[in-house]
Amino acid sequence: MATDTIAPGPEAPAPLSPARAKIEQKTLRTDRWWLSPLLTLLVLVAFIFYATFRAFQNADYYADGLISPFYSPCLATSCVPDSALGGFTPFGSWWALSPALLILIFPLGFRMTCYYYRKAYYRAFWQSPPACAVAEPHGKYTGETRFPLILNNAHRWFFYAGLIFNVILTWDGILAFRNGAGQWGHMSVGTLVLLANATLLWLYSLSCHSCRHAIGGRLKHFSKHPVRYKGWTLVSKLNHKHMLFAWVSLFGVALADAYVALVANGTFSNPTFF
Amino acid sequence: MGYKGKFKVWRGDASGGDLTDFEVEVNEGEVVLDVIHRLQATQAPDMACRWNCKAGKCGSCSAEINGKPRLMCMTRMSTFEEDETVTVTPLRTFPVIKDLVTDVGFNYTKGREVKSFTPPADLKPGEYRMQQIDVERSQEFRKCIECFLCQNTCHVVRDHEENKVAFAGPRYLMRVAELDMHPLDTADRKNAAQEEHGLGYCNITKCCTEVCPEHIHITDNALIPMKERVVDKKYDPLVWLGSKIRRRSSSDA
Amino acid sequence: MSDNRQGTENTGNIERHSYDVVVIGAGGAGLRAAIEARQAGKRVAVISKSLFGKAHTVMAEGGAAAAMGNVNSKDNWQVHFRDTMRGGKFLNHFRMAELHAKEAPDRIWELETWGALFDRTKDGKISQRNFGGHEYPRLAHVGDRTGLELIRTLQQRVVALQQEDQEATGDYEAGLRVFAETTIVRLLKDAEGRIAGAVGYYRETGEFVLFEAPAVILATGGIGRSYTVTSNSWEYTGDGHALALLAGATLVNMEFVQFHPTGMVWPPSVKGILVTESVRGDGGVLRNSEGKRFMFDYVPDVFRKQYAETEEEADRWYTDQENNRRPPELLPRDEVARSINSEVKAGRGTPNGGVFLDVSSRLPAEEIRRRLPSMYHQFKELADVDITAQPMEVGPTCHYVMGGVEVDPDTQGTNVPGLYAAGECSGGMHGSNRLGGNSLSDLLVFGRRAGLYASEYVDSLGADGRPAVAEADVDDAVEEALAPLSNPGGENPYTLHHDLQVTMNALVGIIRKPEEIGEALAKLEDFKPRHKKVGSTGGRRFNPGWHVALDLRNMLIVSECVAKAALEREESRGGHTRDDFPAMSSKWRQVNLICSLNEDGTGVELRHQPIPAIRPDLLGLFETSELTKYFTDEELAVLSDKSEAAEPAEAVVAETAAETAAETAAEEK
Repeated sequence: MATDTIAPGPEAPAPLSPARAKIEQKTLRTDRWWLSPLLTLLVLVAFIFYATFRAFQNADYYADGLISPFYSPCLATSCVPDSALGGFTPFGSWWALSPALLILIFPLGFRMTCYYYRKAYYRAFWQSPPACAVAEPHGKYTGETRFPLILNNAHRWFFYAGLIFNVILTWDGILAFRNGAGQWGHMSVGTLVLLANATLLWLYSLSCHSCRHAIGGRLKHFSKHPVRYKGWTLVSKLNHKHMLFAWVSLFGVALADAYVALVANGTFSNPTFF
Repeated sequence: MGYKGKFKVWRGDASGGDLTDFEVEVNEGEVVLDVIHRLQATQAPDMACRWNCKAGKCGSCSAEINGKPRLMCMTRMSTFEEDETVTVTPLRTFPVIKDLVTDVGFNYTKGREVKSFTPPADLKPGEYRMQQIDVERSQEFRKCIECFLCQNTCHVVRDHEENKVAFAGPRYLMRVAELDMHPLDTADRKNAAQEEHGLGYCNITKCCTEVCPEHIHITDNALIPMKERVVDKKYDPLVWLGSKIRRRSSSDA
Repeated sequence: MSDNRQGTENTGNIERHSYDVVVIGAGGAGLRAAIEARQAGKRVAVISKSLFGKAHTVMAEGGAAAAMGNVNSKDNWQVHFRDTMRGGKFLNHFRMAELHAKEAPDRIWELETWGALFDRTKDGKISQRNFGGHEYPRLAHVGDRTGLELIRTLQQRVVALQQEDQEATGDYEAGLRVFAETTIVRLLKDAEGRIAGAVGYYRETGEFVLFEAPAVILATGGIGRSYTVTSNSWEYTGDGHALALLAGATLVNMEFVQFHPTGMVWPPSVKGILVTESVRGDGGVLRNSEGKRFMFDYVPDVFRKQYAETEEEADRWYTDQENNRRPPELLPRDEVARSINSEVKAGRGTPNGGVFLDVSSRLPAEEIRRRLPSMYHQFKELADVDITAQPMEVGPTCHYVMGGVEVDPDTQGTNVPGLYAAGECSGGMHGSNRLGGNSLSDLLVFGRRAGLYASEYVDSLGADGRPAVAEADVDDAVEEALAPLSNPGGENPYTLHHDLQVTMNALVGIIRKPEEIGEALAKLEDFKPRHKKVGSTGGRRFNPGWHVALDLRNMLIVSECVAKAALEREESRGGHTRDDFPAMSSKWRQVNLICSLNEDGTGVELRHQPIPAIRPDLLGLFETSELTKYFTDEELAVLSDKSEAAEPAEAVVAETAAETAAETAAEEK
């Protein structure tokens, strides 16, 4: 969630109409309007630091049949043994950096272009605006009309990619019904962690605005497509909670990764149920 | 029951003005507009403010109360502490005429630029058939009382005067969405939304939705769906290809 | 809004505009009239006291009555006509009620072609809902915000026409221009007594403006601001009524003021705000403080046959309307308002002086929020009451004036050539009491007619037959309007307004006593000199104190009409209840009370005028037994002679066919 990609232009202040009421204060709001963007800022910055560190760490992402969502699918020969899904490593051995870097652009892109996160970072990072009826500090604003922000219109492509990732991460959760030796029929706390993570990601993806559009929102006549209308109604209900799913799935991914990392570096062992 | 409330009301016109202090009686169950009326009747007979229905249905008494864009008739005094100073100022985004009254002509200009409802040519009055589920989306947007609070709050024009030329504002982008979702409208709204009405300026920071006194989900139900429809038309090669192959536009679906 | 509004202090240099038709009022009737006149090729100005699209029409909730028969196919114009006449207690102008019932469906369907989105039936037609006094489900509606839909649709139609003009001429306002926040203070006539124009001022700047036009359509709405407890907005100061009087036109039956039975009573700041009748149409019931559904005790004889006698039957009606009679909560508004008044007076009211309207125990919360969204919203946000969980407190509120400018039923023309009136400010259509839902259809039907016939009148004048404005009249009007500003130390206009409201509310309210009306008339005389001395501080730029001072002239003159007519009519009928004459009188049914300005212009005077005889084919739609409740013996005797002579059913068919042909011809023209 790098902020420099959204710089809209030079900072020369454009004058407001002189006919407006002359009120000096940037805002007359008396409530704590700054609290919400500040929290957003802190949490997202913390996540960026954590995610960047983990993505470049290139270690502690696979243990006990559990793979970190930051590294799945692991597509390079350098991946630790058994971590590559079905041994599929199309990038071969020439890729020397962390294999996480091969794939993270997709979930990152999905969130960067997400209609909720856009609101969150435009407000918290770029202060455009910091809160409603609070003046923004920029002289010029062109929004999403030109490069690079016009790329946010690519959200649906990241959504489609995100669905593939959701399938893979769900499969990771199913694979976690194996023990460290690869035998099926076992279950551990790690199994639950990966499944929970996958579930939250599904909720986040399915509640997405692009999903809502694709499943039925784009239709002019719901009455001619009763099944898609049902789907749209359902997705619309989820969509109301998109912000919630955006946050909990973000925490979910970080926690799932942290769990795998802690198991992999031996801080504790993954407790098994059977 | 009643108490003396402290008020600051912006008084002045385009040439200048400032916040004027008032002490005024406040009674149980009153709203900010009641207090403004009392000020007019007892202390400042020429204090300008707009109002009509006093029931949140006409959208005339828009102002900024403690910095928040709101309808004066829908802001109950009980939401403030008795010793709290209530500050009432005119809408910031529009030129001020006097006191709390602003020139909202910008909105009517923008409204006029949206191509009107364009029905199928062969349909006669009385022959219109539409299903309830097909009209509901547009009906939500037609709840709009045109209070222009969203237009006032949207930072695209609030903080950038120059964008008033290119940007229609949430209310009229929602009008475009309303027509695009109208089961019988035949005009192209998608290209128009992006190219003529400045949908791309919207960065979906949702302040329009936050201030809407009718609780219309402007961003989630109108602006974002409209952005997605624009993507269909302009930024999605698959949909574009599909429409070429099947020789139909996506809006026929 | 940034056009040339720079008038000057000098009235000789007043800003001038010339139009074919000037429509005063931008509510439903005004906009519909303007659209019609513009479609007839006229250059039209619409004068709006508020911003464009804020008119009081937005407050109409329930729906627009039109016998489309979408929900019950038995409905037709004859049934609608019958309901309207019954509701108005046969004092309606029969021809207006007839035209209204016949043309309302077309006016509604036409709105759809302009983009209106009404709620739908299962087969995709416009859904229709039940309402007080209507035999079948008849009100086209959108949830409970039908008025907003109507005004927005008309507003958008105006914009569509302006877009056409823009394409043709490069100027949006070439054929139809809206003058927002502009108030008309005087109508102007030429030497022959024909309408020549109007003078007004821009509220924003206080500058004056002159409209030269051979035809003026009044569509200014009602008079509710003369009462303390009212559902009406500030605009309802009787401007059209007063302008008509001052121009020499007449008002008819001004004593009939409708008090809507259900206005909010708590908290005080929202007192009077409307609670839509749909709450009752959708199952809401009225109870007194003892918990009793008291309306069963108040069904008058004339309605006995159509209303349920037990709670069980009434409750069955909501699901099976074929085999049950309707609940008494759905009686016409005047009956319900009087009943609530009686309950409260008998000490069975709520603590805040109303009765309970309960829908929370009748429908699931989800259903209430779906069917009555804006009511839910209104109570939640204005009164902090959750109507899905607790009953509302309601009481009567001044809502509508049935009386108004006396017009020709077909053309809406007044006795002043070139002056037309439509909508609430015109009279006759609703008789002594208006049915809910009939006002939205009224303003569409007669708004269109006013626009059409005003255009025809303009055509008939020819290019050089246009009446000329006398400059002296313009100067007089401006001088009169400026008077309060030159007297800053004068009487506070808000105080005088308040005194007027209290007087009218207390002394010429729902139940009227002759001594009280006399007292009110005496006070009104006292108010006149006080009004002369009213002063306004501040300048001309958007000065509400000055605006109130100017509106007071209209409110005072109209209030005098209401009070005088109320004193004159010695019976109780519809929106006029006399304590000393509690019954309806067949003799008084034959009388219209006509109000006009007196000789020296210091007040108003009344005269009796016989009501036009209802056409026999229309009378044939009623059973004689019903007519006996309203008609005098002499009238009935004549009637029975006629019915032996003619076959009413055939007459109706023939009449209808002739009508339709004539109207099609008119439309093509």
